[in-house]
Amino acid sequence: MASVEIDVKYVAHLARLALTPDEEKQLGAQLGNILGYIEKLRELDVTNVEPTAHAVPLVNVLRADEVHPSLPHEDALRNAPQKGGGLFVVPKIVE
Amino acid sequence: MLNQLTISALTAKLARGEVSAREATQACLDQIARVDGKIHAFISHDAADALAQAEAADQELAAGVQKPLLGVPIAVKDVLAVKDQPLNCASKILGNFTSPYDATVIEKLKAAGAIVFGRLNMDEFAMGSSTENSAFGTTRNPWDTDRIPGGSSGGSAAAVAADECIAALGSDTGGSIRQPAALCGCVGLKPTYGRVSRYGLVAFASSLDQIGPFTKDVRDAATLLGVLSGHDLRDSTSVPQPVPDYPAALTGNIKGLKLGLPKEYMVGGLDAEVKAAVDAAVKKYAELGAEIVEISLPHTDYAVATYYIIATAEASANLARFDGIRYCARVDGADPIELYSKTRGAGFGPEVKRRIILGTYVLSSGYYDAYYLRAQKVRTLIRNDFLKAFETVDAIVTPTTPTAAFKAGEKSGDPLQMYLSDIFTISCNLAGICGLSVPCGFTQNPKLPIGLQLLGKPFGEETMLKLAHAYEQSTPWHQEKAAL
Repeated sequence: MASVEIDVKYVAHLARLALTPDEEKQLGAQLGNILGYIEKLRELDVTNVEPTAHAVPLVNVLRADEVHPSLPHEDALRNAPQKGGGLFVVPKIVE
Repeated sequence: MLNQLTISALTAKLARGEVSAREATQACLDQIARVDGKIHAFISHDAADALAQAEAADQELAAGVQKPLLGVPIAVKDVLAVKDQPLNCASKILGNFTSPYDATVIEKLKAAGAIVFGRLNMDEFAMGSSTENSAFGTTRNPWDTDRIPGGSSGGSAAAVAADECIAALGSDTGGSIRQPAALCGCVGLKPTYGRVSRYGLVAFASSLDQIGPFTKDVRDAATLLGVLSGHDLRDSTSVPQPVPDYPAALTGNIKGLKLGLPKEYMVGGLDAEVKAAVDAAVKKYAELGAEIVEISLPHTDYAVATYYIIATAEASANLARFDGIRYCARVDGADPIELYSKTRGAGFGPEVKRRIILGTYVLSSGYYDAYYLRAQKVRTLIRNDFLKAFETVDAIVTPTTPTAAFKAGEKSGDPLQMYLSDIFTISCNLAGICGLSVPCGFTQNPKLPIGLQLLGKPFGEETMLKLAHAYEQSTPWHQEKAAL
């Protein structure tokens, strides 16, 4: 089973996931193994095979345009780490 | 012991006024107090709230109200939203989260009169096969507390097997209901994709996840499935198809039904005692009048690889919402990106991190076609295998797991070996069909439950339940209890 090299630091940045140097090292080895196993999918000829995104083919699901009750404002904010003035408070984004 | 009863036995006693919902609920709470220190099926439970619900149910019972689950205590995996109760997905990252609303299945349980209680342990974000990936400690198998209960719904399976509740809900993305049900010796059912609304289920892999019941017998699984099923405007992937009377399908008559035995499932890595139990079950089916047909599902060997691309890709997208902005235990940073990264780095456990990285990688630029798109195409081949088989058979029979419950710690250091323990359950989710596990025997030393898996056609739950019920009623396995 071939092992595959993976740039964990770069992928962790894409995933917005802070890793310790130890985690990076360990994940790199484990994921190399898993990707090596996954390589077996290359054995199959998939020319002219349509991809399946969903097992049950439902397309253009529509519903009547009616007003229903939705989550009250205070309930939407109840688990906020930081809130104020009825809003989520976040670090400054624009200078 | 009221906590040992099935739904059907308890509801009959409640209807006759022989017992009260309060007594039944108290019996479950007493059992939790007695055994859960050893089993740790529950992350938490709100006893006062459960008893208050029970008293309300008793008033309705006294008033002659009729509801299918009136007064039945049912516990819930920590991945489903129950209004005003904690919701952690067995992760540190959600901090002190409490649900602002009920999941659709919880609304349905409450409307049916059930006493909805407890937060059942699981692998963090339903990622795992042993319940060892919980941030709240490992659940133990009631049959041998040195062993794992399976996962990810290990708490649900252990709680039902240890009679800490009458029934439970779990979720199944690659076997997370059927595998723990098999390893703990109860019935676990994964409905057809779209049969049950996912609204209020914290998403792991949206195209694979389904909610389903854990019960003490097949009749209870049929009853509970009937309550949970149905179209929901709040889940566009739920299917607008009528809900049959599932218990009515349990006629005991399976004469002439065709049962497929896939040759790819009875090979390599299959434990000898598991194989013997499944062989005996197949023989029993022949005695009961089913016709056994050997079939082939040629792409079986590719299912685990396909699953770990698709499931992790979907998970990496779904788990982006845990960023410390609207909820989560936030870790501050100089800017939002640092805040996200630090919050997620501190909050997620190792398996979740592993899957987020793998999922992000297979979706990333330059790798998408080679991994994700290819996996979606192989998913088509796997699904076609089943659709072709179902042209000639009514259902498929397999082992649920290659071995009985393994020891805690045995596979936790090797993620790939852990993934391969799901080899018989994963295809069902990729194909979107229904599946269940029913007890089919025990290993000898130590005595551990073995599960038989039945796989049904899309929306073929009635036939699948009929087959499971006929087998169960002609064998003694479901009556055995773990000594606790």
